[in-house]
Amino acid sequence: MAAGPEVTSDALRKEGAATPMLRVSGLAHRYGDDPGVAAAIEDVSFEIGAGELVCIVGPSGCGKSTLLRAIAGLHEPTSGDVVLHGDRVKGVPDDLAVVFQDYSRSLFPWLSVEKNVAFPLRSRVGRAERRARVAEALADVGLEGQGAKYPWQLSGGMQQRVSIARALAYRPALMLMDEPFASVDAQTRADLEDLVRRVRSEHGMTVLLVTHDIDESVYLSDRVLVLSKSPARVVRTLPVDLPAERDQITTRGSAQFVELRTEVARLLKH
Amino acid sequence: MTATVDAVRERATPARGRRRTTSWLAGFAQRWAVFVAAVAVWQVAAASAASAFFPPPSRIAQQVWDGWLVGESGRPLLTDVAIDNLLPSLGRMFGSWLIAVVVGVTLGIALGRSAKALDYVGPLLAFFRAIPPPVLAPVFLLVFNLGTPMQVATIVFGVIWPLILNSVDGARSVDPTQYATARAFRLPRRQWVFGVVVPAALPKVFAGLRVSLSLALILMVISELLGAVDGLGYQLNIAKSSFDFPAMWAVVVLLGVLGYLFNSVLLVVERRVLRWQPGRK
Ligand SMILES: Nc1ncnc2c1ncn2[C@@H]1O[C@H](COP(=O)(O)OP(=O)(O)OP(=O)(O)O)[C@@H](O)[C@H]1O
Ligand SMILES: [Mg+2]
Repeated sequence: MAAGPEVTSDALRKEGAATPMLRVSGLAHRYGDDPGVAAAIEDVSFEIGAGELVCIVGPSGCGKSTLLRAIAGLHEPTSGDVVLHGDRVKGVPDDLAVVFQDYSRSLFPWLSVEKNVAFPLRSRVGRAERRARVAEALADVGLEGQGAKYPWQLSGGMQQRVSIARALAYRPALMLMDEPFASVDAQTRADLEDLVRRVRSEHGMTVLLVTHDIDESVYLSDRVLVLSKSPARVVRTLPVDLPAERDQITTRGSAQFVELRTEVARLLKH
Repeated sequence: MTATVDAVRERATPARGRRRTTSWLAGFAQRWAVFVAAVAVWQVAAASAASAFFPPPSRIAQQVWDGWLVGESGRPLLTDVAIDNLLPSLGRMFGSWLIAVVVGVTLGIALGRSAKALDYVGPLLAFFRAIPPPVLAPVFLLVFNLGTPMQVATIVFGVIWPLILNSVDGARSVDPTQYATARAFRLPRRQWVFGVVVPAALPKVFAGLRVSLSLALILMVISELLGAVDGLGYQLNIAKSSFDFPAMWAVVVLLGVLGYLFNSVLLVVERRVLRWQPGRK
């Protein structure tokens, strides 16, 4: 964590000042081989520095999930490149975790909550370490004591937190989150937002998070990436120059915050 | 945290346990009332008709007892006839079934995860499945002659198709999001196969196991009726040629009991293995 968030985004604004952790250039994706089908994303380019937390906002159906999947190497883009740590992404890169928008179907129903969280760690870390990480991650998302249950015994919001816990316990260098707080109540959502900010600075994680919530995108991030209507292009990258130390009440009440959220809302209208 | 759950469960047990026992008894009575009544009606009807073809159930039960379970020797459990016929029959049946299960489930799961392979062999599977299994028994009789290989071939070839097809279905039922999750976390191949594909396929695989087990029983008898030197089907043939109707009915009843027993055991196993499924107890 040599570079704080402000430093990183400053550096990125100066062209080519730092080698970015993630560079997406001219990315396009079209589902199926039929050239008549409209593209889901078209010519998306941006860069993210190590340790940055960037939010992606865009209209529903514009291609946010498609973009995240392409970055994760889950599908080959029709054209363009994703470069991670200087290497072109072909297939899923190591050291990356995804919180899927479809959280309930990304959990394995035959595994208890605990085992779901531990599952990706089985081949990577020893039993004791695994147990400690699972307990910590479940406590972090407010699910201590729920580990022995099966996912279907939990509410939607709780299942969503299990899938967040699974990604946290994995401790990836790059975390991709697709509307990770969509099904939880306002208070839990605020707690989870603060959790993501805390964890990324504790573990030096780089986070790319898709959200529908304009306020959330500003509160959480170092930069907001605003996407256009389908097919997605980057409308603007908006630096969020709020202090690194943020608070749900004072930060959201500040004039600077209100100005930024108005700007994002204005950009989304385009 | 497991401790708390267990403690809660333990405290809840006594009262709920008693209630569960009585409701289990009630359920048991409800399920078997019609069966018992039917046997009683059969007993009365057969006794009053006094037909040589249809001995009363009591006479059949007597025959099962004497011929298969205890006999004149007074040695409990199994008679010599049973040891010489029941055990070979069951051995061939379960041996063949297990071969079919290992080959069929492995093949089915592999095919289910490979769309291309399935495109090639799909029509072949559909064709083989459409062949009524018993018609192959005479063919195998000519190929292998009388004896165990012919019976094993008949059973394996007859029961393997529902196993393959159900396993294919099961392996294909892995949710695309689960597949993406497995890839995103870069699960090793072993963990993907045994930790995701197999558990996802298990409900369907169990459906295949049940169908194939009852088919195996049927084919075991058919293959023995056609040609064998021992076995339940062979005993049925002997009884037939000596017009010993109680002995014939005894074999029929024995087969019914065995079929019921095997299915029940498999259901218990299934319930344990698929405990994780929502709505299961
Ligand atoms: N598997 C698929 N096959 C074909 N088309 C798809 C597929 N997945 C998504 N699409 C199409 O691609 C476009 C973008 O979808 P995507 O899921 O990326 O949008 P999104 O921005 O994540 O939407 P939301 O905010 O509702 O989650 C949509 O028009 C959708 O219909
Ligand atoms: Mg989406």
